[in-house]
Amino acid sequence: MSAVLAYGLAGAALIAIGLYALIVRRHLLRKILAMNVVGNGVFLVLVALAKRSAVPDPVPHAMVLTGIVVAVSATALALALAVRVRDATGQATLDERRGTAAEAGRGRDAPG
Amino acid sequence: MPLLVRFLAATLSLAVGGLVAWAVLGLPESAGLREAVTAQMDRSGVSHPVTAVLLNFRGYDTLLEVAVLLLALIAAWSLRLAPPGRSPERPGLVLRELVRLLVPVLIVLAGYLLWLGAHAPGGAFQAGALLAGAGVLLALVEVRPLGATPPFALRLLAAAGVLVFLAVALLAMWGGRLLEYPPEWAGLLILAIESAATVSIGLALAYLFRGDEPTTHREGGERT
Repeated sequence: MSAVLAYGLAGAALIAIGLYALIVRRHLLRKILAMNVVGNGVFLVLVALAKRSAVPDPVPHAMVLTGIVVAVSATALALALAVRVRDATGQATLDERRGTAAEAGRGRDAPG
Repeated sequence: MPLLVRFLAATLSLAVGGLVAWAVLGLPESAGLREAVTAQMDRSGVSHPVTAVLLNFRGYDTLLEVAVLLLALIAAWSLRLAPPGRSPERPGLVLRELVRLLVPVLIVLAGYLLWLGAHAPGGAFQAGALLAGAGVLLALVEVRPLGATPPFALRLLAAAGVLVFLAVALLAMWGGRLLEYPPEWAGLLILAIESAATVSIGLALAYLFRGDEPTTHREGGERT
């Protein structure tokens, strides 16, 4: 199997795994991790695209580097938001049955 | 999570993954844009093609990328998270000595990677990530080397990457177009952008790890 296929198919598998976890998992930390798995799958596919000739194409490499920074930024912001959600509602999920506005207000006043 | 939802999620994920795999399998041999990049390398100011694409040919992407990082930092700061609590135990001797040894090495390596970026894999983000690693290590042993720096200066440093990049991009309009550096100046301009971006990226990543925004009070007395 060529490097292009190995990396490309691994990337496709990561995208599928991450997407499944993103939908099924409730905990925000797991959703954020799943989003990163999808992102890394995309990066693997892009790196595979760059290696279709003997000397790699630099443009997808540059796109992946840019993508990593954007992914880091998005992950950091998502984590900060998740911490805020936990502080406000006392839980780290976006469960609408429990995380009502009234409960959010109560959660914030609660000690700890 | 109901079984039906799991089943639908699995079907959708497999379909998307399968589509990507199908696209990968059907790819023709191609050099992509390599020829176009190689043809213009002489005018880029650097000799590493990825750096040339990042900071010259597709400088727009990188400008926006640095802006996205700054935006994430501003957004995280505006959430007003509590500062990370101190752990009840003092950091151990091994960790403290390790940090003492590693941080200077990380700073030197960051400078090396920044300089290396012009002709080999490396550059502002890699260097900034090392600086951020040093910042995270320092946070773990509860040392705050920038604790006495005024918050305004820290905010300015965090924005320096975007500001310098924007200034260079706009300066290039004098006699050209946005982000079109004159070839004879390109190397120097790219180094200036990358130097500012390194500091900003390192600072932004380290502060994103902490979560809280820089303030003047709450220092003093906190450290033992």
